[in-house]
Amino acid sequence: MSKIVEELNDVVIKFAGDSGDGMQLTGTQFSNTAAFIGNDLATFPDFPAEIRAPQGTVAGVSGFKIQIGNQQIYSPGDEADVLIAMNPAALKANMDWIKDRGTIIIDSDSFKAKDFEKAGYNNNPLEDGSLQGYNLIEAPITKLTKDSVAEFDIENKSRTRSKNMFALGIVYWLFNRPLEITENFLDSKFKKLPELAKANKAALKAGYNFALTVELLPSSYKVKAAQLPKGKYRSITGNEATAWGILAAAEKSDLKLFLGSYPITPASDILHELSKHKSFEVVTLQAEDEIAGICSAIGASFAGSLALTTTSGPGLALKGEAIGLAMMTELPLVIIDVQRGGPSTGLPTKTEQSDLLQAVYGRNGESPVIVIAASTPSNCFDFAYQAAKLAVEHMTPVILLTDGFIANGAEPWRIKRMSEMPKITPAIVKGERGDWNPYTRDEKKLNRTWAVPGIKGYEHRIGGLEKQDITGNVSYDPNNHEVMVKIRAEKVARVANFIPELTVAGDEKADLLVVGWGGTYGGLHTATSAMIEQGQSIAHAHFNYINPLPKNTAAIFAKFKKIVVCELNNGQFVKLLRSELPQFDYLQYNKIQGLPFSKGQLINEFEGLLNGK
Amino acid sequence: MEHLVKEELTAKDFETDQDVRWCPGCGDYAILKAVQKTLPEIGKEKEDIVFISGIGCSSRFPYYMNTYGFHTIHGRAPAIATGVKLANPNLSVWQVTGDGDALAIGGNHFIHALRRNIDINILLFNNEIYGLTKGQFSPTSQTGIKTKSSPQGTVDRSFNPGNLALGAQANFFARVIDIEPKKMVDVMIAAEKHKGTSLIEILQNCIIFNDKVFAGVTAKDVKLDRQLWLEHGKPMIFGAEENKGLVLNGLKLEIVTIGENGVTEADILVHDAYEQDKTLHNLLITMSAPEFPVAFGVIRSVEDNSFDENIWNQIKEEKANAKYSSVDELMNSGVTWEIE
Ligand code: SF4
Repeated sequence: MSKIVEELNDVVIKFAGDSGDGMQLTGTQFSNTAAFIGNDLATFPDFPAEIRAPQGTVAGVSGFKIQIGNQQIYSPGDEADVLIAMNPAALKANMDWIKDRGTIIIDSDSFKAKDFEKAGYNNNPLEDGSLQGYNLIEAPITKLTKDSVAEFDIENKSRTRSKNMFALGIVYWLFNRPLEITENFLDSKFKKLPELAKANKAALKAGYNFALTVELLPSSYKVKAAQLPKGKYRSITGNEATAWGILAAAEKSDLKLFLGSYPITPASDILHELSKHKSFEVVTLQAEDEIAGICSAIGASFAGSLALTTTSGPGLALKGEAIGLAMMTELPLVIIDVQRGGPSTGLPTKTEQSDLLQAVYGRNGESPVIVIAASTPSNCFDFAYQAAKLAVEHMTPVILLTDGFIANGAEPWRIKRMSEMPKITPAIVKGERGDWNPYTRDEKKLNRTWAVPGIKGYEHRIGGLEKQDITGNVSYDPNNHEVMVKIRAEKVARVANFIPELTVAGDEKADLLVVGWGGTYGGLHTATSAMIEQGQSIAHAHFNYINPLPKNTAAIFAKFKKIVVCELNNGQFVKLLRSELPQFDYLQYNKIQGLPFSKGQLINEFEGLLNGK
Repeated sequence: MEHLVKEELTAKDFETDQDVRWCPGCGDYAILKAVQKTLPEIGKEKEDIVFISGIGCSSRFPYYMNTYGFHTIHGRAPAIATGVKLANPNLSVWQVTGDGDALAIGGNHFIHALRRNIDINILLFNNEIYGLTKGQFSPTSQTGIKTKSSPQGTVDRSFNPGNLALGAQANFFARVIDIEPKKMVDVMIAAEKHKGTSLIEILQNCIIFNDKVFAGVTAKDVKLDRQLWLEHGKPMIFGAEENKGLVLNGLKLEIVTIGENGVTEADILVHDAYEQDKTLHNLLITMSAPEFPVAFGVIRSVEDNSFDENIWNQIKEEKANAKYSSVDELMNSGVTWEIE
C-alpha cells in the first residue's frame, strides 16, 4: 500500500490514559525517537494530583504532551494535533485541548458503557456526535495487543499491559518514525525478562503494522530534522538540569555539596537526582521538615560546604525565618523554589509564578536576597550554576525560582562542557588571620569573607542578632543598625554589576514590548516571534534576574511606548517593576489557571494591544 | 620528621572578650566554667570545636566561647548542628539549648537529631521556665505552676526530657546539676567520647524566674537522700548513710535499706549504662523526689555507629564504585546524539 506523506513544520501530540497505562514512558519514548532523528522538541508531563485515583476516572488521567518541529521549539505547545486517548476519561480530560479537525486515536475496547460512565459521560461520546469535526480513529487496541503477545510466555496480567506500546506503534507509523530506539530501550529495560521484552516489541510492531495495513489513517506525516546548533545533545528535564547545574558549580568551585531538603511536589526530583550522586561527595539529608532542610544547609554552609535547599511555595514560607538568618550572618546559601499553584496547599501539580513576591520580600525585617529565575528546562542548569556562583562569591542567600512547568518539562540540551562554565571563586579567607574580622568586607562587592571551622586562628562567633559593623559582635546601637541594614541592601544591589544586561528580541523601536520572567519564556517567545515574523511591531524582553534587576532595565523600557508584563499570577513582577521603576506605565496580562500561556491567547492579547484596544 | 609539641590548652584559652550577660547568680555561669574546663581535656584544637545554639538565655553561650560559634534561631540548633557535623565530621560539635528551645519550639529537630544519632553533644539547660521572654512556663514546668502566662496555674502536663530522648532512640543520656562543677566536667567528657548524639540534661537554676525549683533535690539536708549518682558497674546505692538502694519489684523500682529485712548489698541493682534495653534506664530517668532519689550521672551510653559516620561511609563506598569521575562524564552519560 502506498502511503501519502504530508509534511508538517511542527506538531503537538498528546498521550493520555489511566495513570497505570504507562503514558509517561510512551511519551518519553516518542520524544527520544524524535530527538534522535533530529527534531527539536519540548515535552510536558501532566500527572494526576492523586497517586492512585480510581481507575478510569478523570482524576486518574495521566498525560504527556510533546511538540516536535523542524525548527527550534520553545514550548510543548497548546492544543494537540493528535490525541491518543486510552480510555473515555482520557478523552474527556483532553477535549478542550484538541485542535479543530485534530486526530483522536482511541482504544475502542475501553469504550464500553461502564467505562464512559466511570469517566462521567452520560452518553457514549463515540455515538452522541460530540466528536464530529475530529478525525476519529477507533482501534481495538486492547484486543489486538493481546493477540500480538499471545505466543509469549508472560504472566496473564502483562498481556494487556503492552497496549501503550501498540498505541506508540500506531503513532510511529503516523509520523514515519523508526522503531529501533524504542526496541533497544525495551531490550535493555527488560534485560532480565527477555520474554517481556519480546512481547512489548511485538506489540509495538503490531501497532505499526496495524496502522500501515488498515485504511483508518488517510495519510502519514513527516516532520523534518530541525537546524539546531552543532554539538552533542541529550534530553533533560528542568529538575535534572537544576541538580546538574549545582553539581557542576560544586566541582568548579571545589566545594563539597550539601543538600538539606524535605520532599515536596514538584521539587522532590532534585533531591532524588542529587541523592544518586554521592560519589561526587554530595551529602543529601532528607530532613524532618522544611525548616530543618534549610537549617541543616545553613549549618553546612557555616562549615564550608556549597549549601543548597530545595522546595516549593509552602516550603519557602516555612523557610522564611532561616533565610533571614543566612542573610544576617551573610552565609552563602542556594534556595531553589520550584513554584506550583498556590496559595496554601493550592495546586501542587500545576504550574504558577506566584512565589515571586514571597521570594523577594517574604521575611521579617529588611532582608534582601538575590532572586533569579530560570526560563527553560535546560537553562535551569545555567541558573542553578549561577545561583551557586553568586552565593559563594557575594556571601548571601540566593533564591532560584523555577516552576512545575519547566521543572517537569524536557527538551534537547546541547551538553555543556565544564571548561566553558565561568570560574567560581568562593570568598574563603586566606592566610593568617591578621586584623581580619568576621564582617570585614570586600570593597567592590561588599561581601564579608568565609572563615570556616577547622581553619586555625579564625575562631569567631556569628548569629542572628544585629551585628556590629566589621567586628560582628552583638550590637544594639541605633546608628549601627541603620548602617548595617543599608550595607546589606547595597551588597545585594551591587550584584547588578556582576550579572548580564537585559536583552531584547525583536526591534527596539517596536510599538509593544512584551515583558516576562522565568518559566514563561517558551510561550512568550513562540507567540512574539510568530508575530515578528508576520511583520508586527512587537518585541520581547525576558527577565532571569529579579533582584537586583539588570542595570539597563530602565534604558530598555524607555525605548518602548507600550509595555505589557505577562505573568502566570495576579500581577507580582509588575508590582515590583512599578515600585522599582515607577517612571513607566505597565500594562499587564495575567493567567491564573495553573496552566502555561497558550500561543493563541497571547497573540490575541498582543494584537489587541497593538491595535490600540 | 620534626616532632611538633602541641601547646597545651587551658580553660582560659576558651574565654572570649565579650562580657558575660547572664543575671548574677544564674546557674549558667557554672556551666560555662565547666565547659571551659572540659574542652582542654577532649584532645581537639580550638578551631575544630563549634558551639551552636538556638534562642534563650542559655543560647548566648557561643558568644562566650573562644571557638567557632553560631547563635542561630529559636529551636533550630539541632538542624544547624547536623549540617555542620555532616559537612565536616572532624569537628567537635556542641549544641547549647534550653527546655523551651529544645522541647517546645524545637521539639521536632531535637527528637530527630537523637533518632539519627548524629555525633553531637547537646547541653540541655533545664530550668523549667522561660527566662529570656521573662517568665512563662515551659514544657518541663511542673503542672500547676503560676507564671505570667498561667496566673491561675498551669493545667499543662509536663514531660521529662530523658524519657522523651529515649523514646526518640537516644543512645546517650546523662543528667547533672549546675552546682556540681566536677561532675559536670566528668559527664561532658563522657558525652564527647561517646559516638552519636549525647544528651546532657543540666538542671539549671534560674534565680530570677524559677529560683530554687530544684531545692527539693539539692538542699543540704535532703541532698544525699534525694540524689542517686549512677556509675556504670556500681550498685545503685545512695542516702546519707549510704545504706539505701534500688531493687526491682516486678516492673517497678523500689527503695530498700541494706541491713534491713535481710537485704544485703548483693541485692541492689548494679548500673549498666551500656545495656541496649531501655526499660531500666527509663525507670531510672523517671524517678522523682521526694518518693525517689533523682538519678544523675551517665544513665545511658550505648555504642553504635553515628549518623555522620554512616553517611560518609556510604559516600566512600559510592566513590569507590563511582560510575562517573567528573560532571562532564555524568552529563555525557546515557542517551546522547550528535547534531552535525
Ligand atoms: S533569666 Fe534566669 S536563666 Fe536567664 S540569665 Fe537570668 S537567671 Fe539565668
